Amino acid sequence: MKNGVGVAQNIVLFGGTSEIGQAIIHKLVKPGVSHVVLVSRDIDAADQQIAEIAERYPDLEVHHVRFNADDSASMVHVVAEVVQQVGDIDVAVIAQGLLQEGVDYYADPAALVPVADVNFTGTMVLMYALAAQMRSQGYGKMVLLSSVAGERVRKGNPAYGATKAGIDGFALALDHELVGSGVSVLVVRPGFVTTKMTKGMDKAPFSTDAETVASAVEKAVGTSKTVIWVPGLLQYMFMILKNLPTAVWRRLPL
Amino acid sequence: MQRLSGWGRTAWTVADLVHTTEVDVFRSTIGAAGERGVISRGLGRSYGAAAQNAGGIVLEMTAENDPMGIDADFDPLTGLLTVAASVSIDAILRMCVPQGWFIPVTPGTRFVTVGGAIASDIHGKNHHIDGSFGQHVRSLTLMLSNGEIVELSPEQNPAWFWATVGGMGLTGVVLRATVAMLKIESSRVEVETVRLENFDAVCAAMSADGVDDDYRYSVAWVDLLATGAAMGRGVLTRGDHAAASKVDNKDPLAYDPRLTVSAPGWVPNGLLNKWSIKAFNEAWYRKAPAKSHIGLESIPAFFHPLDGVNRWNRLYGKQGFIQYQFIVPLDRTDVLRKVIEKFSGAGVASFLAVLKRMGPQNAAPMSFPTEGWTLTLDMAAGISGLAELLSEVDSLVLDAGGRHYLAKDSHVSASAVRRGYPRIDEWMSTQEEMDPIGLWRSDLSRRLGLVDHRRLL
Repeated sequence: MKNGVGVAQNIVLFGGTSEIGQAIIHKLVKPGVSHVVLVSRDIDAADQQIAEIAERYPDLEVHHVRFNADDSASMVHVVAEVVQQVGDIDVAVIAQGLLQEGVDYYADPAALVPVADVNFTGTMVLMYALAAQMRSQGYGKMVLLSSVAGERVRKGNPAYGATKAGIDGFALALDHELVGSGVSVLVVRPGFVTTKMTKGMDKAPFSTDAETVASAVEKAVGTSKTVIWVPGLLQYMFMILKNLPTAVWRRLPL
Repeated sequence: MQRLSGWGRTAWTVADLVHTTEVDVFRSTIGAAGERGVISRGLGRSYGAAAQNAGGIVLEMTAENDPMGIDADFDPLTGLLTVAASVSIDAILRMCVPQGWFIPVTPGTRFVTVGGAIASDIHGKNHHIDGSFGQHVRSLTLMLSNGEIVELSPEQNPAWFWATVGGMGLTGVVLRATVAMLKIESSRVEVETVRLENFDAVCAAMSADGVDDDYRYSVAWVDLLATGAAMGRGVLTRGDHAAASKVDNKDPLAYDPRLTVSAPGWVPNGLLNKWSIKAFNEAWYRKAPAKSHIGLESIPAFFHPLDGVNRWNRLYGKQGFIQYQFIVPLDRTDVLRKVIEKFSGAGVASFLAVLKRMGPQNAAPMSFPTEGWTLTLDMAAGISGLAELLSEVDSLVLDAGGRHYLAKDSHVSASAVRRGYPRIDEWMSTQEEMDPIGLWRSDLSRRLGLVDHRRLL
């Protein structure tokens, strides 16, 4: 669980090479954290970025668990393996995501399948597996990296927006289901984040960076907040955008 | 399922709460426990996670409203009290003070159970003379994790007895204990109050070379916000139970803690307003007599001033608070000074800073008190950067050969306990002998690695 100053003992990052995920880990690791687990496909890449933290905190143990984010059915075993290595999962940062910008789905509709598997199906299975574990622990926090892209799905990459919309709604309802269990979900809705995933793309208005998202998570993770927007102003923008008539929405240069 | 925290109201977790004082229910509950185990809980006055057990069972054993009255046998001739572990010091005082007997060790609140007092091996203002609670326990009855009930005393199975004293509830459930009470002539305390202008003066007045050992009770309140020459100034109060001849009352042993006995003038009313701590400290310091002053105080006013403020722990708000208590060897007042400077430098305000010189350690491997200075302060849990600040202070304390009080702790790491308690391995092997299946678990034991959590039920 977390200690009296809000520091969790065991933190697990799913999508261990995710830039935002890594930035969050950098913020959450403080004196008092005993284990960090990086769950990723590419262990070496995940490890490189954590080496600096491990040096700063000699008491901290870093662990690795391999997973394929699109292998939904394997998530139960992945969670079990994490528990076997470190015991309780106090905070789980769920950062795996697949954008697949620029893929021609008209030429290859089947290319949509991994987007749904990683962003939606696999994440759902993972979150229930985590919820079951955390409920038995009487404590736990899941931090889901959602996106404003799910707020009103736009053309260009409807699959990405739709999977984010789906997982966002799922996570909120799961949080509701878990009331009273000691387990809760924090849904993070960043705007356009400049990372390797979005490299080469045109920046959208109100873009942010991994560092800013991580700071917002650090502030919210110990509170009872269910949703945060980064930057915060997006919450109000989307109140408007969501309710625009279709004719107006379609004319916007978004 | 119930959400629980310690008195500091941080780190809430959910557990299955079973309220009982029935031995049969203890036995059936532990028999049905799952792999998250069981911990017992009294009145929930330990500040951190000692009496909570996320995802497991918490046996809440309090006898505050027992219609059968207090479950105890007291012999007013010998002063030996055999009492259920669920009974509070409050109930004991109500029963024994009018008969001329006082609890041998009381912490700053009378709302702790006997079981909790043993598990935390609590200390009070008389540690330098009388030691801690465990030293006054003649014997205790303990239920082990297999349901078996054993009698332990310093003579009969001392290893198990002393592992239970200060063992944070991780050796079994204390069912009953026999405590040697302290004979008193009156329910008043003769208290000498003196204010001291800086930290050196406080330490000098309390040192073992002076007259401190002539007083049964001795403690200093320290102003951590005073700076410059006044840094660490304080108010020292010392005393002993007053002789019957000093008390005017018809009944010198009259004891009614509900009465608002006039508190000494320097006890502030706005005690728990964190924005006024500095102003409060100033006023409180100024109101203490500049020259030594002797007066009579009631038991609640002298020993349990905060009990007058019901649920004072809520006054820090939703964020809760940290109580930081550590001890360093007698010759390391430099560390006390550094710690105070660190906290005041970081703008951390504490209105309950208490300094006390402790006597020698007892035979319990995990008992906190040892010869040295103990400083206790509290602070809001939500202060930003607190984790880093506390970790720096922890290092100062540990490097000086000091340690932290587990009944107060809510943040230290497993390595801090290993460094601070050199006999921890001895205690862990006794604990494993007493609880081979690893039934007793708490959030504290998980964080600090006090028991091997890989042991399976």
